[in-house]
Amino acid sequence: MPTRSRIVSLLACLALACLALFPGPLAAEESGIQPVLQAHRALIEKASRRTVAKAIDAIVGSGLPQAQTVLESWQAKEMYQRQSDGLFFRGKEIDRNSVELFDFDSGSDLGAMSGADLKQLKPNSGVRGLIGAALVRFQLTDPDPAKRHEALDAITRDAEPSHLEALAASIAGETDAAIKAAKERMLRLLTIRFSSAENERVAAIRSFKGDIGVDARAALNPLLATKVMFSAAPPSGNIAHELSPGSAELSVHDAHALMVAAGAATAIPTIDERKAALIAHIDGGRVGGVPIGQLNTQAARDRAYAALARDGLVPPFTPGEDAETAVKNGRFWAIYDEPSAVVTSAAATTLASISTSVGLNQALDLTLDALSLASIYFLAAIGLAITFGVMGVINMAHGEFIMMGAYTGYVVQQIVPDYTLSIILAIPLAFAVTFSAGVAMERLVIRWLYHRPLETLLATFGISIALQQLAKNIFGTQARPLTAPGWLDGAWELNDVVGISYIRIAIFVLALVFLAIYLWIMNRTRLGLETRAVTQNPKMAGSMGINPDRVNMLTFGLGSGIAGIAGVAIGLFAKVTSELGQDYIVQSFMTVVVGGVGNVWGTLAGATLIGFLQKGIEWLNPSNTLAAQTYMIVFIIIFIQFRPRGIIALKGRAAGD
Amino acid sequence: MTRSFVFRNPSVLIFLALLALFTLGVTAVSEGFGVGLMSTSFVKTLGKTLCLALVAVAMDLVWGYCGILSLGHFAFFGLGGYMIGMWLMYERTRGIVETSLAEAPIPPTPQEVVDAIGNQIFGVVGSSDFPLVWSFADSLTIQLFLVVALPGLLALIFGWLAFRSRVTGVYLSILTQAMTLALSLYLFQNDSGLRGNNGLSGLQNLPGLNAVPQSTVSVWFLWASALALGLGYLLAAWVVSGKFGSVVRGIRDNEARVRFLGYSVESYKLVIFTLTAMIAGIAGALYYPQAGIINPAEIAPIASIYLAVWVAIGGRGRLYGAVIGAVFVSLISTWFTGGQAPDVNLGFYTVKWVDWWLIVLGLSFVLVTLFAPKGIGGLFDLIADRRRPDRHGDDLGPDQGSLREKEAVE
Amino acid sequence: MTFLKRALAATTALAALSTAAMAADCPIKVGVLHSLSGTMAISETTLKDTMLMLVDQQNKKGGLLGCQLEAEVVDPASDWPLFAEKARELLTVQKVDVIFGAWTSVSRKSVLPVLEELNGLMFYPVQYEGEESSKNVFYTGAAPNQQAIPATDYFLDELGVEKFALLGTDYVYPRTTNNILEAYLKAKGIPAEDIFVNYTPFGHSDWSKIVSDVKALGADGKKVGVISTINGDANIGFYKELAAQGISADDIPVVAFSVGEEELSGLDTTNLVGHLAAWNYFMSADTPENAAFIKEWHDFIGDPKRVTNDPMEAHYIGFNMWVNAVTEAGTTDVDAVREHMWGQEFPNLTGGTAKMGVNHHLSKPVLIGEIQADGQFDVISQTEPVPGDAWTDYLPESAVLTSDWKDLGCGMYNTETKSCVQIKSNY
Repeated sequence: MPTRSRIVSLLACLALACLALFPGPLAAEESGIQPVLQAHRALIEKASRRTVAKAIDAIVGSGLPQAQTVLESWQAKEMYQRQSDGLFFRGKEIDRNSVELFDFDSGSDLGAMSGADLKQLKPNSGVRGLIGAALVRFQLTDPDPAKRHEALDAITRDAEPSHLEALAASIAGETDAAIKAAKERMLRLLTIRFSSAENERVAAIRSFKGDIGVDARAALNPLLATKVMFSAAPPSGNIAHELSPGSAELSVHDAHALMVAAGAATAIPTIDERKAALIAHIDGGRVGGVPIGQLNTQAARDRAYAALARDGLVPPFTPGEDAETAVKNGRFWAIYDEPSAVVTSAAATTLASISTSVGLNQALDLTLDALSLASIYFLAAIGLAITFGVMGVINMAHGEFIMMGAYTGYVVQQIVPDYTLSIILAIPLAFAVTFSAGVAMERLVIRWLYHRPLETLLATFGISIALQQLAKNIFGTQARPLTAPGWLDGAWELNDVVGISYIRIAIFVLALVFLAIYLWIMNRTRLGLETRAVTQNPKMAGSMGINPDRVNMLTFGLGSGIAGIAGVAIGLFAKVTSELGQDYIVQSFMTVVVGGVGNVWGTLAGATLIGFLQKGIEWLNPSNTLAAQTYMIVFIIIFIQFRPRGIIALKGRAAGD
Repeated sequence: MTRSFVFRNPSVLIFLALLALFTLGVTAVSEGFGVGLMSTSFVKTLGKTLCLALVAVAMDLVWGYCGILSLGHFAFFGLGGYMIGMWLMYERTRGIVETSLAEAPIPPTPQEVVDAIGNQIFGVVGSSDFPLVWSFADSLTIQLFLVVALPGLLALIFGWLAFRSRVTGVYLSILTQAMTLALSLYLFQNDSGLRGNNGLSGLQNLPGLNAVPQSTVSVWFLWASALALGLGYLLAAWVVSGKFGSVVRGIRDNEARVRFLGYSVESYKLVIFTLTAMIAGIAGALYYPQAGIINPAEIAPIASIYLAVWVAIGGRGRLYGAVIGAVFVSLISTWFTGGQAPDVNLGFYTVKWVDWWLIVLGLSFVLVTLFAPKGIGGLFDLIADRRRPDRHGDDLGPDQGSLREKEAVE
Repeated sequence: MTFLKRALAATTALAALSTAAMAADCPIKVGVLHSLSGTMAISETTLKDTMLMLVDQQNKKGGLLGCQLEAEVVDPASDWPLFAEKARELLTVQKVDVIFGAWTSVSRKSVLPVLEELNGLMFYPVQYEGEESSKNVFYTGAAPNQQAIPATDYFLDELGVEKFALLGTDYVYPRTTNNILEAYLKAKGIPAEDIFVNYTPFGHSDWSKIVSDVKALGADGKKVGVISTINGDANIGFYKELAAQGISADDIPVVAFSVGEEELSGLDTTNLVGHLAAWNYFMSADTPENAAFIKEWHDFIGDPKRVTNDPMEAHYIGFNMWVNAVTEAGTTDVDAVREHMWGQEFPNLTGGTAKMGVNHHLSKPVLIGEIQADGQFDVISQTEPVPGDAWTDYLPESAVLTSDWKDLGCGMYNTETKSCVQIKSNY
């Protein structure tokens, strides 16, 4: 039966010459949707956003119930075309080489077919959007809530005037409260855009007072789009305001061009045009009577041009004449595209109310970003706050400990495929690995250099480059994936303006945890007490029965271990390469130094200062992040001149000198 | 004065003699002036190494003698390179532009020439206007002056700020590192007007000397570098000898004591810091025309750390140590990373030097700092001690390399 | 690898013995100038391996002009001045006949003066910003009109994007490309205020604010699209942030010019499905040539997980064209080979034929692919071959310039004044 109907439809299609102006609905009534598809075969095969609308309209216009299935499978890249006869089917991939086909019209399973004989249709995202928009009418009342959501998404992406009516009709029957609210909001948005009733639009506009949703602004802002007109008297139309040339909205050049176009001013030949005119009028080694050899100054060229202009060969030009004076006489107006003044003024009022709250929320968002950056810097620096801040050891390999932590995370993920479990395992492991590395380094190198701090710097730098190269030799130069568990995907979004990714929140929490751990260890444990004692006076501490060697070793190990955990966290939100640590080392040192050495609150203050400062400068100059980093460092250099001991400087004996 | 200076520093004479011998030797085997045994690229490498030795001498002066571990001297080196690079690029481009515009139907105005040069230089980075910093690029004299003046000025301002507020030791190191990082980040921006990441290139082609082959130019630069190194060495040796040098070493060994003795420690440090910045600027100005390209990556913090490492390995507190360190480490690095070093087959694993060289280098820093704090230069002490045991008195300062009893008497 | 090198050395030695009498300059030396250490090693090491593979294959086919080929590998260590030094060494000390190398524009600019001084020959395999045509370089990567412009057209026509965010790493390729794109978009009627440009440093990792800024661009009701010229490992942080902020390719599509299979291998792409990249080659291209190439690559490198990418195809085409040109010329002499390179044709791995133009750029098809969950690209658009344009038509200063080494003998020819601006290239 299906075979037969297909042959019939194919014949019908051939007979009517698929490419001709073939009225889709007529054929569809006779033999299903396949002929409609065949009629627009070329458009469907090479679907382009610019042309495909005709095919989609035909499919929808067929009025057949299958239309929804066709569009849905097409959108989901599940539509296949059989190479042999060009017919379209819904297909389900069984494996790489075979596809199970279903007939659109009968819905029957046609069995598996080799992928080699089929062409999968892959509409691009633009075409998928249009298909989605066409599907809206079917999906708004679909029993599946997910599809109703999809329909709303599709309206957001490609709204059409027809959606307004369909949406309004669907609200009454909506059972899901959340979707109903979303639909009602969408209805107000569509009313603003497409409704013909002015009072309805104004009411809808007013309803968005103070609403900072991007969609609301996206609906309102276009209402206030203007175009510039040149006119001596106020022109007819919905005038926004008068413009003065040379302002941000209207450059002198554009204003002059408008006047020239209106015939109110004469075009001023540009310097290049005048030069071209001179070249065009070279006559026997002279231009306008001036020998060519003398034309190497602008004055001489102006003379020659004036001579040509006198002869009427070129448009006139007076040196010193410029567009600025010419536009002084003109009046320019910004005219709203939207004809209704009531609508535009309502939109302007509403947007003004929105922009205040957007501003506040942006400040809040920036604060969150800054806090997040500060927590990353803090995390990277807290290990250093121990080794450098408390012990006074310059560990240039600190960055490499961070890197080792990140690579540990990567290796664990290779062995334990479950992301959550692997992260839970990776954190103690990273601590263990870098703790041992730190202890080994302290025992082998650093303890011989306690009295030569500058040389520690060199030795640890040597270790740093060796470790980096070692990482390259082991893991290669490519970045390695370190993937966050699924529950850290996504972002916490307060509204359309304020939001922060969960992974950053996790890092923030981790930073707080470390702060707590640090304070606990330093203030509440034996090790902390001993560390502080050894830091202040190793000899005295030694005579009190503390073993300074052991304490130094453990403290250094602790600082390194924390760096390892920081590495796991940093690897989760950024990259894992052998150069990971290098990116953080200078910043970490600056964090510690700016904050004040020997005090974790100082490190916290330093990280906060640097984080907020960097985001602040980025906000001032959003197009150049590099500049933000540069000025931040310059600021730090100057800051240290005035507070050489950092924000929180230790006083008295604890300061050490 | 001169006699006593040379007498007190016999190493200076030996060094200058060796340098002259080396220069003559290279010239004799070069392609440009000699028998052609040595390739031009190697002559360039040697010329560049001499410039690195010069900046190492500066580093030794500031660190080995004055105790300021500056991790920012490559910023001055780079600035010197940029200053000379601007002139080289401008003039070379002007030559090209003028030739090209000469064929135009009407002769160009001066403004057109400048615009065309701007378009050629900045077209690569998508702009065509001359930034303000290029104001003097057409004048060799001013740019040569800037080679010395700009690093000097930067060092003066930075040093004045830092020393005035008594930033010392490790803090100062990190601060100088921040300075070079800020400068390199600034130069990385296209808006800085120095072609951002692309930097200035084609510097080996000297303007107006298109006909001269690189084999000749390379030898010229070798001579110039050798001359600069010789003079720089002489200057550094002169500075560290005599009373000024003693005070400087005193500052290294115990800053507070020198201050209590009534010396203006800050001024001494500032003089040394600025002077070495100027020497670094000159070294950079000679280095980059040989390298051919300068870009902000050259002044990243890592470069300055390497500089410190050269001096440490060579032996700080002695000028020839710095030279030895720079020459030895940079040449051996070139050899190992150049792929010329043979692989070592361990049976189960083949050590490829391209992969393992940095590890060896890194570990050797550790070993040198731990076991040979005097560096390679320390070897000379063994010889010197054996030949003139009577010169050795007790150290006057608490640190290695400070003025000795016997020297102080003279 | 070791075994391979030894085998290679053995065969070369053997070949040298047997053919010593025939040709004076056997073996033919192929210089490979790619960074094996430093920041660029991440990308360039793969190309070094590709060259070793191609040389090896050619030797198995019997070499070239009766000689065996020998690869001379040096490591410029991502240090730009070192590129010039190593190039000089390759040309004067090792005396190579051709160089395959460089990745970043700045390294190419560093090598150019040396190549032009010593009349060397180099094949440059990476997409770049154009505005250059050297007598001594063949550009087998894409010029802006072979990647950036078609991708922008795709945004404008197919996705209906009205507002553009041009995000790039702060160096010459993104700067110039974005400049060209800005001019192009303005010519297409996009007002200046609808083009947002941002530059970030190399290796940037803090993307949250920039991604939020891009999201906020949608506030005036226009469809936003991102054109990314972000380079190297900074992409990892960028895409992770995109995924975290839930930016779907249907709402804000991102097309990248520097993100290929290699870069995606450091990422989990499940949340990035649908974002785009424009290249002249994707590993997923479904042709028998490509399947064979991938198989050879896997056999050679001994790791079936390794991906192939666009610059590898560029080297593949460049190397084979060079081999054919040398065969036709009967010599490796640079001037003779250059003449035989013009008009040289070789099949692409993506189907069709690449042709070398007289401006030293290839004509190649432009492919646009959507990222898939497995880190590969789904090719959704493939154009006819587009000839590479050395000088863009969208910037007024370059629009008048053209390059033709065959008839005009000039890489920077001003069509208005009908004169050659300069014979050497602009570095």
